Amino acid sequence: MKHRVAALLALALALLPLAAWAQSITLWHAYRDDERAALDRLVDTYRAAHPGVTVDVLAVPFDAYASKLESAIPHGHGPDVFIDAHERLASYVSRGLVAPVATGDLAPLAARFAERFDGASVRAFTVRGVLYGLPLSIKCAALYVNPALTHGEVPTTLEAIEALRGQLPTGTFPLVYESQNAYLHAPLAHAYGSALLDDQGRYAFVGEGAERSVERVRRMLRAQVIPDEASGALVSQLFLEGRAATAISGPWLAAELGDRVRYVVAPLPRVLDANGRPMEPYATVEGAMLSTRAHDRVATMELAVFLTSAESARVRARVGHQVVSTEAAWDDPSLANDPLLGTFRAAARTARPMPTHPNMRAAWEPARQALVKALRGDRSPHDALLEGARRFADVTRPLPPPRDATLAQLAVGLVALALAMAAVREARDPDFRRDLRRSLPAYAWVTHAAVILAALVVAPLVIGAATSLYATREGQSYYVGLANYVDILTARGGPLFATGSFYRVLAVTVLWTVVNLALHVGLGLALALLLSRPLLKMRALYRVLLILPWAVPSYVTALAWKGMFHRQFGAVNAIITWAGGEAVSWFARFSTAFAANVATNAWLGFPFMMVVSIGALAGIPKDLYEAASVDGATAWQQFTKITLPMLRPSLGPSIAMGAVWTFNQFNVVFLVSGGEPDGETDILVSEAYRWAFTRQAQYGYAAAYAVLIFALLAIVTRRKEGAR
Amino acid sequence: MKPRLWQEALVHMALVAAVCFALYPVLWVVSLALSPSGTPSPHALPLPDAVSLDNFRAVVGSRDHAGHWLFAQQLLSSVVVSVATAVTSVAIATPAAYALARFRFVGERAGMRVLLATQMFPGVATAVPLYVILDTLRLLDTRAGLVLVYSTTALPFAVFQLRGAFEAIPKDLEEAAMVDGATRWQAFTKVVLPAARPAIAVTCLFAFMSSWNEFILAATFLSRETAFTLPVALQRYVGEYNASWGKFAAGAVIVSAPVMAIFYAVQRHLVGGLTAGSVKG
Repeated sequence: MKHRVAALLALALALLPLAAWAQSITLWHAYRDDERAALDRLVDTYRAAHPGVTVDVLAVPFDAYASKLESAIPHGHGPDVFIDAHERLASYVSRGLVAPVATGDLAPLAARFAERFDGASVRAFTVRGVLYGLPLSIKCAALYVNPALTHGEVPTTLEAIEALRGQLPTGTFPLVYESQNAYLHAPLAHAYGSALLDDQGRYAFVGEGAERSVERVRRMLRAQVIPDEASGALVSQLFLEGRAATAISGPWLAAELGDRVRYVVAPLPRVLDANGRPMEPYATVEGAMLSTRAHDRVATMELAVFLTSAESARVRARVGHQVVSTEAAWDDPSLANDPLLGTFRAAARTARPMPTHPNMRAAWEPARQALVKALRGDRSPHDALLEGARRFADVTRPLPPPRDATLAQLAVGLVALALAMAAVREARDPDFRRDLRRSLPAYAWVTHAAVILAALVVAPLVIGAATSLYATREGQSYYVGLANYVDILTARGGPLFATGSFYRVLAVTVLWTVVNLALHVGLGLALALLLSRPLLKMRALYRVLLILPWAVPSYVTALAWKGMFHRQFGAVNAIITWAGGEAVSWFARFSTAFAANVATNAWLGFPFMMVVSIGALAGIPKDLYEAASVDGATAWQQFTKITLPMLRPSLGPSIAMGAVWTFNQFNVVFLVSGGEPDGETDILVSEAYRWAFTRQAQYGYAAAYAVLIFALLAIVTRRKEGAR
Repeated sequence: MKPRLWQEALVHMALVAAVCFALYPVLWVVSLALSPSGTPSPHALPLPDAVSLDNFRAVVGSRDHAGHWLFAQQLLSSVVVSVATAVTSVAIATPAAYALARFRFVGERAGMRVLLATQMFPGVATAVPLYVILDTLRLLDTRAGLVLVYSTTALPFAVFQLRGAFEAIPKDLEEAAMVDGATRWQAFTKVVLPAARPAIAVTCLFAFMSSWNEFILAATFLSRETAFTLPVALQRYVGEYNASWGKFAAGAVIVSAPVMAIFYAVQRHLVGGLTAGSVKG
């Protein structure tokens, strides 16, 4: 049987990849809805006009877009051309992912799109004098106004919007926007003379201007001018339901609103308190970039040139509501006079181009955390902003200096030699030879599994562990010895128990594991005892219903619980308010966020322990209890003297396994609290994940975390084994 | 001894409370899926305002631009990958687990240690090396590649489970068969395997579930929308910028229903199958 399976597997492995890759132009984008429809329509037109060319269009989810590009292109699996925002361009260029589009073999094509775009868009796609992409459209935030709530007027100052408070009923807000979102706070910071990054790419969201901008938002929150903790979904919901007079958002809100509510769009207001300066939004230019691994560069660029022609641009503007960068498209009066597109185009002209410095990507999260803390009132704006700056410095700290790898290679070589010599000495030993000969039949049964495990489980583990000796960030990588470990174990030079330091996260992880195991075993065992009562009615029904949480995929569970703990529409707060309590902002404090995580994981994990306990209880001989009750033992004595000791051998391994799983339970922490507030509820695994995937791809650093997790677990379980 | 009435009532009250705790989130998701608005509203009781199947229709009927019926392809993808994972991992694990349970051989202890160690190393650090390995095998973005990765990650747990199950089967059975002239292989297939059927079924179920529910690796290794497994497709409904909770909930119900059905079918074996595995795990 196993040979047939192996043959089938080999066949499957041999055949499948052949079908997967055919030569063609591949285009990646992250568009949705109308923008996607416009692009699809253009590609159809292109296909019809060029029957010899195959164009594959792939819509990649926005959340994973950049990381997907960065992993796929260097391996030759990426797109030939992809659409992305200009602020990532500098980092793509430094990683060698994108190619110049107007030089060399492409120079003849370049004549066709020269002078096609507006100056700001071209500058956005120029790095050190070289053009790296064809600009498609420009996006920035603007003010949406519901004229029914503003007496038909369009407010031009923030103060005028605030003044609406007196005229609107409670529950209806003068302004809604995602106040905790750094992108949408930036316009206000700009008005007060601050910014996220300065011209040299240094973090600049500190100091007087930044503090005044945050203080201003706090005032608006206190006066109920804006709602608390507004998410993107809440913004569109409030505006749609006519419960917001104005909203600050990008063109994507227009796509969501459709024609379900009447609104007008205006440039962002001025701020009188800031000497009447306007709120300057960030402008993002999206463009088509050419991969360095493109198969047919000229054919690929033909497609990109086609997408930016005046005619194509009009389709994108009309169908996709894009503020297109192709100047000639605006000759069409119906576009130039379109109120929505016209306003966004005017707003884009005065907007501030998003900095292209690679540090920009590292600035969002610290800025957001600073905003969250200051707006919740956990910290003064001054302290919160300083903490943000520290966090930024932490993530972008200089990499350790390269080390010479000779010593390590020598050490590895010596260890290998010693092992080899030990193996040879063993092999000479006649006892061992006899044992080995006796083992031969067993090897026929295990070799295939051992080989597969070694190749696909152990090898990635070893490679992953070896990465921890390298410094990696944004694609560069070199050997640094144990510097990553030193960095982690000295808490990166900061206080040992600062937020985000290894020891703090370790303490949270241990607490997390202990609390969860106690709940799992406690709940599981208690229910198992109840279900094992000999005369219980409806036992099968209870058991099926109680196993149910196990059958639900854990990410569904996690996301569902996250929704239940939502401040505005969550079921938990609904129950609390129904019982007369006050709604809780669950992810604002460590204690409540941790409790939310624990509740989710307890729900997820108790059925396993319950089932194991039922089985273990069934294995205890009944006569023990009979003998005990004859001797007059109480129920409690029977439980402590018989049940618990008898359960230990069968429950022990499950509890150990459960401890390891809980220690590394990534899904719940990542999806429910997401580490909120400010990474305080992160456990070691989710912290490692952040270093690898959200903090400039520092894989080496993440791998060092992984090795430390492994070492901790190995030592603890070893101890237990020894104790037994 | 006869249980007193109030005692019995207390037991049932405790069990009903536990059932409420277990069912509440599930009912919440179901009511969300049936709500027409798609925006969750604060309700203490998990009942929808009005019942509509719009969310289910939207999820099941999703098509891509080229007119491919996305949901059908993704469902097929999930089923193929999960079934193949269950079959492959259990097929590889069974002989190895049998050897670990019955033979004493050089490397046995070391092998068990390595198996245990693989459970402790967090997967975060292996995603990148795995990507490179799949790339060299030209298996990126294919279902076969995903099956390979899933079956190997499910393998250690399957071996633990099955070794425990085989150890729980008395040796005399197969020894008797071998005295009667059966080879070791025949004794294994004719005597041991049938006796271990519940444990094998449970192990299959776990391997099936692990791949049916996995989304991080799938999202990393797959790019084509038509090859996505259902969890990846589902995750996209609650992206950062555009959350359609109603569709997510409808998708969640669709994804969870088959697993619940299988659970219901094998729940009798669950107790026996798991315990056998954990006695000497």
